[in-house]
Amino acid sequence: MPDALPPFAIYLLGALVVPFLRGRVRQGFALLVPVIGFVNFFLIPEGVHWKVPLLDFELILGRADAWSLIFLNIFTILSFVGILYVVRDNDRLDLSAGLLYAGSAMGVIMAGDLLTLFFFWEMLTLGAVLCLLARRTTASGKAAYRYLLVHVAGGVILLAGLAIHLGSGGSVAFDKIELAGPGPILIFLGFGINCAWPLVGAWLTDTYPEASIGGVVFMATFTTKTAVYVLARTFPGEEPLMWIGMAMATIPIFYAVIENDLRRVLAYSLINQVGFMIVGVGLGTPLSLNGTAAHAYCHILYKALLFMSIGSVIYRTGKSKATELGGLYRCMPWTCVFCCIGAASISAFPLFSGFVSKSMIMSSAAAQGQTLIWLALLFASAGVFHHAGIKIPFFAFFSHDSGIRCKEAPVNQLIAMGIVAFLCVFVGTFPDLWLYRMLPNVEASYAPYTVGHVTDQLALLLFSALAFTLLMRSGLYPAEIRSTNLDADWFYRKGGRAIYRAFDWSLNGINTATARVVNGRVVPAITRFFAHGPSYLATTAMTPVWKIQGHDAEEIARRKELVYLRCERGAFPIGITACLAVFLLALLFVVSYLSHADHVHGNR
Amino acid sequence: MKTNPPPTDDPKSDEAAGWFDKPENVRKILVGLFGACGFFVLLDVIFWITGFDKHPHFRWEQWPGFYAVYGFVACVLLVLIAKHVLRPLVMRGEDYYDAEKPTASKNDDRPSTDA
Repeated sequence: MPDALPPFAIYLLGALVVPFLRGRVRQGFALLVPVIGFVNFFLIPEGVHWKVPLLDFELILGRADAWSLIFLNIFTILSFVGILYVVRDNDRLDLSAGLLYAGSAMGVIMAGDLLTLFFFWEMLTLGAVLCLLARRTTASGKAAYRYLLVHVAGGVILLAGLAIHLGSGGSVAFDKIELAGPGPILIFLGFGINCAWPLVGAWLTDTYPEASIGGVVFMATFTTKTAVYVLARTFPGEEPLMWIGMAMATIPIFYAVIENDLRRVLAYSLINQVGFMIVGVGLGTPLSLNGTAAHAYCHILYKALLFMSIGSVIYRTGKSKATELGGLYRCMPWTCVFCCIGAASISAFPLFSGFVSKSMIMSSAAAQGQTLIWLALLFASAGVFHHAGIKIPFFAFFSHDSGIRCKEAPVNQLIAMGIVAFLCVFVGTFPDLWLYRMLPNVEASYAPYTVGHVTDQLALLLFSALAFTLLMRSGLYPAEIRSTNLDADWFYRKGGRAIYRAFDWSLNGINTATARVVNGRVVPAITRFFAHGPSYLATTAMTPVWKIQGHDAEEIARRKELVYLRCERGAFPIGITACLAVFLLALLFVVSYLSHADHVHGNR
Repeated sequence: MKTNPPPTDDPKSDEAAGWFDKPENVRKILVGLFGACGFFVLLDVIFWITGFDKHPHFRWEQWPGFYAVYGFVACVLLVLIAKHVLRPLVMRGEDYYDAEKPTASKNDDRPSTDA
């Protein structure tokens, strides 16, 4: 056992304690938790730690190798930055959700078996839902509900896959799984839903723009990147991933061009970037897998930076739409600079982080002779600069003057952005000092700074910028319009209502019909039978007797009335009750005697 | 890239007339951009003439101006397809998903300090 604690334990404990603290104590404690996590990170030696027996299984809570440690490293950094970013408002929900989310993500990263993985996988959803609720608007509440529904469905698919996989003799180890048979395919799909694959990933662009400004930093960091991590460990080199990744890298950028909400533009570019990582997993070479790990690392940094800069704009202005913003560089110069650093990083400008990671995946695709994939990724590289690299800073901080004069972002937010901006530049400028040392496949070396690579990349980006400028000045660039753009979330947002209506019509229809028949007919009939049945039977049986006794019709009617009343009240003379009891006993005796005789007879 | 003057009713407009609002500065940026574009195409041509090896994976990477043309065409296509194909297909009103419930309040976009 190492001296360190399991990382998730620190964060989850912190998340539980935070809501019970107040004021500065709560702020200090929330910041202390990721600091402890940071120190703890360096105490974790490589190897397999914290094994817990459960029934027939052995849960492995800490598998520390190059793959898990590089993800744990960036998650540890981002948990501190994210908490620092939201600490000023001292919102217990934001702080607690961030820690819970970070702890769950680290639980997934460190898991050594599929059961532990599943447990923390589901907790990720809880963290994200709380991040959405922390915005405290009607829209965010609805978004949280949709998020929960989609991810619970994804969790059920994953659980079904795991059950089939384990039931058919598959290993519980969280390692490479062959993509064959229903179990692995369901697991594959379950992971894919969290990874925001085309069609099943519309939840991301649907819900992220509704989260709290800090919550979305955690969401952009943890969910999709843990999904990339688990796919890289379980399904490396599966060809479908290459094509899925290509679709992710290309399709969302068209949406990003026409989208008005800047945080939704960032959500589209998030999918675009995760697409590169998934292509890297699908290629499955040592270099491409290194590229996936490195790109996840860099992506988390610059995507968090971009979401934070737009978050600060929302914090100060309450607006996130391109139509309502513009010209903010005057009053938020630092935020503007940080946003531009994030934009340069996502666009993979030389000296910024994206440059040293994305090209590993593209080089690997070219080396494998995947021409179509390579061309698509090059298109996506130009496109991401166009819509995220230029559009985000341009419409928020430059463009036309919106007339908004607000204060610069608060100090804690500036420091949080500053740390990440520094890392973006540091990682991009000196990749060998930091990032490349953590990569899982040491045999695959890569040198990003060659003359050809730098000049080609700059030519690509500058001409993308030229295209933007010319389109903008010629008026061909699509005007920003306040609108909703349909995506696959239509199927559950409108489809969900249709299902609701269908169930309303069918189930409530059955309910109404049943109520009419049972409550209206059957129950009264039964009540009538038990209320009047005995008296009816008794009078029917007695009338012939009374006639034989010579009573007239009037007397018979009087006696019927008497029997009826006695039946209603259960008030028979004791003699009659006793007589009935004797009769019943006699009947029992006869029945048991007959069955006994039958039994004896049968034995002969 | 428009250079509208800030609204005149804004008391800060004089002191806040930023660097990027002056047409001559915007022109400087544009000249810089065009110059940089020309420079890299020229560099590519020089590489091509001198036979400088860029270690390409595909032979077209060695063609002068391949990345420049690809980047430019990609972005123009991206924008035109998004504007003329995707937008007519998918664009709906901003309250499309709330339309069935007129009482549903839209995201009220308050600064989070008030939340």
